[in-house]
Amino acid sequence: MLLGAVLLLLMAAMAVFAPYLATVDPQALSPIKRLKWPSADYWFGTDMLGRDVYSRTVYGARVSLIVGISVALFSTSIGLVIGVVAGFTRWVDSIVMRIMDGLMSIPAILIAIALMALTRASLENVIFAITVADVPRVTRLVRGVVLTLREQPYVEAAIASGTSFVLILWRHIVPNTMAPLLVQGTFITASAMITEAILSFIGAGTPPNIPSWGNIMAEGRSLFQVAYYIVLFPGIMLSVTVLAINLLGDGLRDALDPRLARRL
Amino acid sequence: MFAYIVRRILATIPVMAVVAIFVFALLYLSPGDPAAIIAGDTATVEDIARIRAKLGLDEPVYIQFGSWVWRLMQGDLGISIFTNLPVAKLIQQRLEPTVALTIATLIVSISVAVPMGVLAAWKAGRWVDRLVMVFAVLGFSVPVFVLAYILIYIFAIRADLLPVQGYVSISAGFWPFLSHIILPSAALGMIQSALIARITRASMLEVLAQDYIRTAQAKGLGNEQVLIGHALKNAAVPIVTIIGIGVALLIGGVVVTETVFAIPGLGRLTVDAILRRDYPIIQGIILIFSGAYVLINLLVDLSYTLIDPRIRY
Repeated sequence: MLLGAVLLLLMAAMAVFAPYLATVDPQALSPIKRLKWPSADYWFGTDMLGRDVYSRTVYGARVSLIVGISVALFSTSIGLVIGVVAGFTRWVDSIVMRIMDGLMSIPAILIAIALMALTRASLENVIFAITVADVPRVTRLVRGVVLTLREQPYVEAAIASGTSFVLILWRHIVPNTMAPLLVQGTFITASAMITEAILSFIGAGTPPNIPSWGNIMAEGRSLFQVAYYIVLFPGIMLSVTVLAINLLGDGLRDALDPRLARRL
Repeated sequence: MFAYIVRRILATIPVMAVVAIFVFALLYLSPGDPAAIIAGDTATVEDIARIRAKLGLDEPVYIQFGSWVWRLMQGDLGISIFTNLPVAKLIQQRLEPTVALTIATLIVSISVAVPMGVLAAWKAGRWVDRLVMVFAVLGFSVPVFVLAYILIYIFAIRADLLPVQGYVSISAGFWPFLSHIILPSAALGMIQSALIARITRASMLEVLAQDYIRTAQAKGLGNEQVLIGHALKNAAVPIVTIIGIGVALLIGGVVVTETVFAIPGLGRLTVDAILRRDYPIIQGIILIFSGAYVLINLLVDLSYTLIDPRIRY
């Protein structure tokens, strides 16, 4: 878990301080420097348009982190609201959960692809599309927690003593959903980063003028046999970041839910 | 039992209804007027109006939805905007490579992951167990296309053992087919294996702590018999469940894997359709994939009674 947190902090620092990390303009074209292999001048080499792969990869961290964190925040917040409402209101529950079951039977990546096909390629749309695909799972998690909490004696006592509904939610329900949501949120961050990279890789994600790990790899795809380093470096970065977040998530889960930790 | 099967099959209807509404909404919300696209550049306003009427686009939404579902039931998935061919036919043409890849991946991942999980649970806490857990975490973290390129570099470019990309139908010979399918299914199978290994280990650990396992060992049964005959059989339900759920990940991975390995399957068709904004194809593919996913999980649910005779409905 510590290793995960440290790696993640390093990645975040890299994203924030990208302009100060010996990078050049990631969009600067330079036809005479095309396809240079990694060297002291070009740490990760240059691509077919002469752009510096190192600079592009460092800036690409921004896209991944923004997408990962935004999707996690939005999908957990939306899922929390829907899940709490569904958990407390029976008629809403029966309708909402049928819809969520249906959406969950469409593989998440296909929902994201479908929504991206409807809209223009932009960072906001990528975040929106992946969020929509992730909300059903969060909703189901929150609803499950709420259903068990609702039967707890302290919640019944609060209802019996006339505590207002909003206060019950705020004091007893929402705080108890935080631990599982935090764990789920870290895993969503990791999967959203992979989904963003996949979308960009197949040409349905971040627009080409914003360097992201997915579209750097997409551009290197056709040149893989002559210049595999274009695909290699962003690929390593993506894997290491996702690994860091997964380690962090596993650690959080073990710390917050020792019962589950013993089982897994 | 029969009543359960009927109930379980009926339960898939609302699920598929939501899928259908989502997919229909996709076409309904898609930018551009299909009538204008079909009419072409030289069409007059009257031409477009006539085509709109012919396609039923001037009807209210619910009528359009109804007739769309009706056509769907008859296997009509619409006409591709770009190629002007029926979507059902395009999907049918691309089905074989995707089905082959999916089955190969399932074979690879199950035959690798289940023994790994069993071994890890048997040697819990030892280095073998640690190694399996490291594999499980890595498998979740390395995206399929990154792994795909690593495998291509090692086995196709450096060692020159296997082809870099492409697909050969099994009807053209088993070895050419196999040599083309090994790398894609290994890459795609990684995340699946990680998932299965992890659940197998957890499920086996639970079973191995039971009294009857100790009894079996006390009777003097060999490790193999205890692990496979007694433990794995009883640990099978969660494993089969996760394989069913994992199919969703597999479908997502197929799209990417087919792109990397230039396999002319449904994934490749999806990517081409996105680039050309060919909505009827995207719709058709979502329906097919979701239908397959629902069907597989239905079969998984029904298989419980076969795996574990204690489960009665």
